[in-house]
Amino acid sequence: MASQEVLREEPSRGSFINDPRVRGIFFQALVLVLLVAGVWWVTHNVIVNLARLHIASGFGFLKGRAGFDISESAIAYSSDSTYFRAILVGFINTVIVAVVGIITATIIGFIVGIGRLSRNWLIRKICTVYVEIFRNIPPLLVIFFWYSGVLAVLPPPRESINLPFGSFLNQRGFYFPRAIWGEGSWLILVALLLGIAMAWFVARKARQRQMATGQPFPVLWTSIALIVGLPLLAYALSGFPLSFEFPKQSTFNLVGGFQVRPEFLSLYLALSCYTAAFIAEIVRAGIRGVSTGQTEAAAALGLRSGSILRLVVVPQAMRIVIPPLTSQYLNLTKNSSLAIAIGYPDLTATAGTVLNQTGQAVEGVVIMMAVYLALSLITSAIMNVVNARMALVER
Amino acid sequence: MQEHDMSWVRTEMTLAQPAPSSERGLTAWIRKNLIATTGDAILTIVGIALVAMILPQIVNWAFINAQWIGPDRSVCATVAQGGIQPDGWTGACWAFVNAKFGQFMFGTYPVEERWRPIVVAILFVALLVPLLIPRVPRKGLNAILLFLALPVVAFVLLVGGMFGLPHVETSRWGGLLVTLSLSFVGIAVSLPIGIVLALGRRSNMPIVKLLCVIFIETVRGIPLITVLFFASVMLPLFLPAGVSFDKFLRALIGVSLFAAAYMAEVVRGGLQAIPKGQYEGADSLGLSYWQKMGLVVMPQALKLVIPGIVNTFIGMFKDTSLVIVISMFDLLGIVKQNFSDANWATPQTARSGLVFAAFIFWLFCFGMSRYSMYTERRLDTGHKR
Amino acid sequence: MKHIAIGVLGAAAFGFAASAASAATLDDVKAKGFIQCGVSTGLAGFSAPDDKGEWQGIDADFCRAVAAAVFGDGTKVKFTPLSAKERFTALQSGEIDILSRNTTWTINRDTALGLNFVGTTYYDGQGFMINAKKLPGVNSALQLSGAAVCVQSGTTTELNLADYFKSNKMEYNPVVFEKLEEVNAAYDAGRCDVYTTDQSGLYGIRLTLGAPADHVVLPEIISKEPLGPAVRQGDDQWYHIVKWTYFALLDAEELGITKANVDEMKNSDSPEIKRVLGQEADTKIGTDLGVSNDWVVNIVKAVGNYGEMFERNVGSGSPLKIARGINALWTKGGLQYAPPIR
Repeated sequence: MASQEVLREEPSRGSFINDPRVRGIFFQALVLVLLVAGVWWVTHNVIVNLARLHIASGFGFLKGRAGFDISESAIAYSSDSTYFRAILVGFINTVIVAVVGIITATIIGFIVGIGRLSRNWLIRKICTVYVEIFRNIPPLLVIFFWYSGVLAVLPPPRESINLPFGSFLNQRGFYFPRAIWGEGSWLILVALLLGIAMAWFVARKARQRQMATGQPFPVLWTSIALIVGLPLLAYALSGFPLSFEFPKQSTFNLVGGFQVRPEFLSLYLALSCYTAAFIAEIVRAGIRGVSTGQTEAAAALGLRSGSILRLVVVPQAMRIVIPPLTSQYLNLTKNSSLAIAIGYPDLTATAGTVLNQTGQAVEGVVIMMAVYLALSLITSAIMNVVNARMALVER
Repeated sequence: MQEHDMSWVRTEMTLAQPAPSSERGLTAWIRKNLIATTGDAILTIVGIALVAMILPQIVNWAFINAQWIGPDRSVCATVAQGGIQPDGWTGACWAFVNAKFGQFMFGTYPVEERWRPIVVAILFVALLVPLLIPRVPRKGLNAILLFLALPVVAFVLLVGGMFGLPHVETSRWGGLLVTLSLSFVGIAVSLPIGIVLALGRRSNMPIVKLLCVIFIETVRGIPLITVLFFASVMLPLFLPAGVSFDKFLRALIGVSLFAAAYMAEVVRGGLQAIPKGQYEGADSLGLSYWQKMGLVVMPQALKLVIPGIVNTFIGMFKDTSLVIVISMFDLLGIVKQNFSDANWATPQTARSGLVFAAFIFWLFCFGMSRYSMYTERRLDTGHKR
Repeated sequence: MKHIAIGVLGAAAFGFAASAASAATLDDVKAKGFIQCGVSTGLAGFSAPDDKGEWQGIDADFCRAVAAAVFGDGTKVKFTPLSAKERFTALQSGEIDILSRNTTWTINRDTALGLNFVGTTYYDGQGFMINAKKLPGVNSALQLSGAAVCVQSGTTTELNLADYFKSNKMEYNPVVFEKLEEVNAAYDAGRCDVYTTDQSGLYGIRLTLGAPADHVVLPEIISKEPLGPAVRQGDDQWYHIVKWTYFALLDAEELGITKANVDEMKNSDSPEIKRVLGQEADTKIGTDLGVSNDWVVNIVKAVGNYGEMFERNVGSGSPLKIARGINALWTKGGLQYAPPIR
């Protein structure tokens, strides 16, 4: 009886200092005050320092004339352009190398990852050696290796290696003919888009028909015919508007055509090779994460090995693979900042030059950080969407 | 009677027969592992061609044609380049590595004081090895010595300026000394910060949680180079006039905070894997928050994420090579700096130096990853569910 | 986790160099007992570590001269290697006391960047170097249209290059690197046809190439590059000490005071020499500056006069073998001219 009464009493908390909620609020308030004080202190110091040193602050300098040239630029840029445009050029270069790097790293990574699970002993060992080498040396070293390797192996411009289709390879990069789109070439583009759209539509219809009636339809061949045939037809109809500008030898270098510089080439290859080693491990873990029972059950249903892989193993493996794959993509994007070591004009390099020419250290670093942060957030947002779609496969 | 004869049951096993010859020996192994199908056979041929193409070149370059000792560039240059080698010679110039070995290890640490880092290295190995071998007893004492005593001793020995040891400023440190001290201190600092951040991110206090999330996601979203730029270019402006810190310390702060953010995510993964019952059990025993975390949750969570922690360490060890961009000379930095030595400038110098640096990095990283796999297997038993 | 606390404390002990206000760099420097000098990460003849890790070169010696003036001891200097990108913030933030890192004096740096250049320790100009073996027939920079040019980023060189090619209506491919070593390596590997930087630098770099004899420096000089030490704005006393150290080096050469004869010269009959060396009765020249009266003696004892410093580091006494040229004293047809010490 007595004990029941005790239970009904309000639990005694003693002093309110011991109340976890009060403590929580107090603690958070303390953190907040410290933070605000810290930020204020830092801001104050920056302002005082800048004023004392007579350094201007603000982002107004971005409108000034850059005065320096950039070797690779996807948009029009000259030394007369603004600092802002210089940073923009760097940003675009970062995006280019990150995107092609991600695609290549994924392809190599999947090949090597599957290779590590191969029945073939030799292939398995080669893939293991690849992974163990690239995973365990710093990416910066991989970049240096590719760069010094590429420069050492390739010949000087006067002894260029001739490749088919009027392409050349030498120390200054890989040159290939540049396509010049003449009058009416927009028709080809329209035809290409139309072809892709129709191929997608056909594939959808075919799948619906197969689901409903079991009748397969040769989707692959139809799609190829549509995607290649339509633009070709448009090309012929518009009177063959396409011509090529071929690279030619001049006093120093090849001129004309399209040039892929060795800086880009080695950065791209290094990032792809390095990240591929990590992706290979992720893929391997993903495939091994799908239990053999799944494969056996699929085989028992009478599926062929290709179909087992495509319909049963890969969709399940992808669920395991995608989250770590995302962080590898982010790593690749961030590692592209190592371009600075071999002179590829990425964001870090151009923003760094701007920072140095103008002396606007704070603004320069803030721009760099903000852009990378935005890139990372966008990449993870895209991968989250992909992940969500993959997760839907689960019932 | 006849029926009885028919129901005969064997009472002992027949002797095991050897496997058919098609399943045994080298040929069977080859058949199974190299040429099981036509596709396999093609792959094998491609593989053999690949190895045959690359391996002899590497062996030739690194060992057969390599030059191991020599006074200057002449041993590694062809006659046309002003050396003694025949035209068309290519081989590693280990003589360069040999001649610069002291610098690669210690940077420009004064020669007469180099016994100090060596003593520190010996102490470090002597304390680390027993800690890594599970059978050796007295882990607690060992860990205290490694993490409490060694840093103090190392600090006194490396920096000097007391007990009659001449002061050696950090701008003279270099090579492997910088790589190892940056990563050791970085590792020791980033783990506790990472744990605190992970706890903060899972905290019930919204402000603390928000701050931790912002910090972790920001740092994980930007490249280390920018963090180092921040530390080297911007940090000085954040401090009152006249206060400045040592560049080494700035790099250290940058690297540690960077690694701490990654560490936080690894630890958080471990925290999430601990079943709720463990938290509730600890609560019901009346443990305080820190007791609960320190005695119940963390030991289990950290055990789970040891591979992740070691991977972060490996990443950090590799990342120390980036301090080159803020003109500090770690192993890679000092190797590269020596390329511009006129006494050793040959076409082979750079490649040999880079291979040497890569080998050292590889050795450490590979060792760490193997150890992590070993621990993972050893600790695995208790966590099969 | 106490080891962290200890680590941090320890780090703080050697890491922080706190000082009062930057307004009195001299007091700071005297309090800490040495001068912190910002140098390059390695440019032969100007500032580069030798085999023992000692910094050698004109820029390094200049800091030693300032240390000799302040402390009477040229060894009381610590060197901080800085990249082109870091050099200005290092000075602005007080991490270093003098920036002596082959830095070009420009109006922008003197004003917007908050620096004060004290003078020109080396009159330089930007030049071009090519591989004559690979490019026979090129003997002028005006023939370089279409060439790939290696250049270090974040320098005035990079800007001059753009201006020069633009004003001569020539095309070029810039190949830009962050570090000097990287530019050297890329040029040596044949990545670019032309190397451009200050001409003094080109001579130094040529020595480090695989086959120095193949490379020639083209005659054109496309810019003025007055290289000199800089200090922070807003501290006139420190500015004067550094500036007059530079002038003292020149005046010593002009008066024939050398490392070898400085002690004899103290007893010279020439009133001017006596005055410069602080041997005049009741002299206040040194103390007014904030240093001891025999500061010039200390400077010359530590590094010699300007001429000796030049010859030892970049001139006939060095592998670079650069002629004095416009860096000769004004009395010998050069530009080096110092106001009198009186």
